[in-house]
Amino acid sequence: MSSSTPFQTNSKVIKWIEARLPIISTIDGALVSYPAPRNLNYWWNFGSLAGFMLVAQIVTGIILVMHYTPHVTMAFASVEHIMRDVNYGWLMRYAHANGASMFFVVVYIHILRGLYYGSYKAPRELLWWLGIVIFLLMMATGFMGYVLPWGQMSFWGATVITNLFGALPLVGGDIVTWLWGGFSVDNATLNRFFSLHYLLPFVICAVVFLHLWALHTTKSSNPLGIEIKGDQDTVPFHPYYTAKDAFGLSVFLMFFAYWVFFNPNALGHPDNYIEANPMVTPAHIVPEWYFLPFYAILRAVPDKLGGVLAMGGAIVILFFMPYLDFSKVRSAKFRPIYKQAFWLFVLDGILLGYVGAMPAEGIWILVGRIASVYYFAHFLVIVPLISWFEKPLPVPESIAKAVLGDAAKA
Amino acid sequence: MATSSSAGHDAHGSGQATRRDFLYVATVGLGAVAVGATVWPLIDQMNPAADVLALSSTEVDLSKIAEGQGITVQWRGKPVFVRHRTEKEIKEAEEVPLAELRDPETDDARVKAGKKQWLVMVGVCTHLGCIPLGQQGDYDGWFCPCHGSHYDSSGRIRRGPAPLNLPIPEYQFLSDTKIKIG
Amino acid sequence: MSPFKIGAAALLALGLGAGVAQASEGAHMEKLDWSFNGAFGTFDRAALQRGYQVYKEVCASCHSMKYLSYRNLQDIGFSEAEVKALAAQYEVPALDEVGDPTTAKAKPSDRFHSPFPNELAARAANGGALPPDLSLMGKARVGGPDYIHALLTGYHEAPAGFVLPEGKEYNAVFPGNAIGMPKPLSDDQVTYADGTKASLEQMSRDVSTFLMWAAEPKLEDRKRAGVKVMGFLGLLTIFTFLTYRKVRRKVQGH
Repeated sequence: MSSSTPFQTNSKVIKWIEARLPIISTIDGALVSYPAPRNLNYWWNFGSLAGFMLVAQIVTGIILVMHYTPHVTMAFASVEHIMRDVNYGWLMRYAHANGASMFFVVVYIHILRGLYYGSYKAPRELLWWLGIVIFLLMMATGFMGYVLPWGQMSFWGATVITNLFGALPLVGGDIVTWLWGGFSVDNATLNRFFSLHYLLPFVICAVVFLHLWALHTTKSSNPLGIEIKGDQDTVPFHPYYTAKDAFGLSVFLMFFAYWVFFNPNALGHPDNYIEANPMVTPAHIVPEWYFLPFYAILRAVPDKLGGVLAMGGAIVILFFMPYLDFSKVRSAKFRPIYKQAFWLFVLDGILLGYVGAMPAEGIWILVGRIASVYYFAHFLVIVPLISWFEKPLPVPESIAKAVLGDAAKA
Repeated sequence: MATSSSAGHDAHGSGQATRRDFLYVATVGLGAVAVGATVWPLIDQMNPAADVLALSSTEVDLSKIAEGQGITVQWRGKPVFVRHRTEKEIKEAEEVPLAELRDPETDDARVKAGKKQWLVMVGVCTHLGCIPLGQQGDYDGWFCPCHGSHYDSSGRIRRGPAPLNLPIPEYQFLSDTKIKIG
Repeated sequence: MSPFKIGAAALLALGLGAGVAQASEGAHMEKLDWSFNGAFGTFDRAALQRGYQVYKEVCASCHSMKYLSYRNLQDIGFSEAEVKALAAQYEVPALDEVGDPTTAKAKPSDRFHSPFPNELAARAANGGALPPDLSLMGKARVGGPDYIHALLTGYHEAPAGFVLPEGKEYNAVFPGNAIGMPKPLSDDQVTYADGTKASLEQMSRDVSTFLMWAAEPKLEDRKRAGVKVMGFLGLLTIFTFLTYRKVRRKVQGH
């Protein structure tokens, strides 16, 4: 069985189409005959899961828009209308709200998988960067989506985050006014957030397309971190990975369904069931859980502009990963020290998330600062140093040899 | 996927092939059921919501409508004509031979027994949805200004492009002076 | 930094007092075994109807429930005729024949009658404090129904040394412990239509159940659907796994 048979057909209709628009062979090359490394493990499921979540969010989102009213006097009531009166409206809204969390769960695992297995290294730098762009767009989309129900957390989250731009020297104040379209978060703000919240997912789709294009040019990385050397190293995407992705999707859907059907408000905040009130701030403002690590970094810096720069830097630094890590070996499987540093980094991220949820007082200020410094040290000091002195384990000759043993026919 | 089977599984027994086929078909079938079950809520959400359905019946007090007068009430977003007909109008409506009608229907079939004076109908022209004007046209009934359809005193189409009589909504008399439409 | 500065400034400016931030911590809130808990939970219809009676006779004199309509009461076991009669006890604004404002009997499709015409009137009648709308109270507080129950049963003498601001009462779970709402429920405050003894505990549980239903009327639909979805996904997972295993063997064995 050759794993990369070029697309062939006897159908006259398909031949006619192919001669004019090679769309069927393109789909075939991407999802059917695409030669995927034969050794991908379950961590590689999360790319297709992210794609599924993007589509699920767009579908539920378009439906919610059919019933939602983007106006400060009616937004909150229209969400209640969805929850109480619209047929299956509760399902649509809970699937969309929890879907945002699921999307981030999947994407965080997808990013961490890339960091662990060195998926960012040459020749996949562009693939990695496009992924970070998607992540940034997701953050913007998620943030603006959270504002739309116009609850207390929506309003005050929008106020706090837009105020971050006020830290910019000279033009900060003007920019915040421009973002708001007024002198506080108000109807103009809600409307533009709604517009952009609807737009950005389609921009994400476009970047996902580029992401996949880059992927299919460089081919998938794999747990061994060695390049595909021939047909014996790959299997056709279909049926091998379509079946595996279907299985992964089923398991993931159970996780998703648990939140939607049995704990739909656990990932949200009770204050968002109180209509926005510009005169009263909730006692404890927290962003959605997926922003908490970055929120902790923001608060760790005792200076407004510095905090904003640190928070932005925490994401921007990911762009430099292909150069900060210059080890010749890609996968952490053969990098004993990098592997440990990776897990410490994950722990640091979880700790930052926890600190982000705590009030900024007492011991949490110190913990947050140490964890933030460690976050940057990981990228700027630890990773380059490890690249320098670490002695990697021997790397197998080929994927086929490692997977099938010497019995493999070359 | 650490384990690998040796290269000897090409020959499948027929029993195995059957089981595999069953598995594929069953899995794909289940997947199709999942998609179907997911699609239904996505479609049903566009049907009228509970608050819309709650407004789908309207009660009308008839006591203030004098003979020869009518009112228009809103029901499900559409105008409903409620007319207290005169003896003359009733008589005219009853005397029309069915053969003359484009959409043959007796006047009795369009009113409630014993309440012939009350004509209740949806005031939307059956041609293209305009609202006909009352007590106009050539048949002592309604006239649609959009394309010139004439309806008689029973709301039946007599002349013009409209194909059907003005429809009678579902309604019932709650008392002699009160009806519930819907 | 900044969010808390903004938040604190706003709180102080409004005179809502300090201590709100740390107050919710530490207060004892009993976790009750509600019938609607768990994957198979349902609302107790009798408790819902009693809870509605408590709301109607006690809470409704100050608290609105603006996202509920009388027709919703059919979900908790009232008949169409009963709902119609309940609605007819209230007047809603309307116009008479000549366009002058008047009132008409409420219909089942009308929203619950609000005790005050607007926020200013509500504040003016309650010493400057706004009695919150109760439509979503079951979800708008940490603890939900447990919090409501604990709040209603949490009125005690202020402990020694606690300075109670004028016009406030001591409450064990209310953030800051000084609550503007006078103790709303005491034994036998209402006479239950079904003969249940109206103890403070009973009424608190009933009204908490009612408010949870009001906040999440689709809870039963959701959980019922969830059980089915989970069962189906379990089956789908088994089948997709078996298929994947089969494909893996085939592809590996070439």
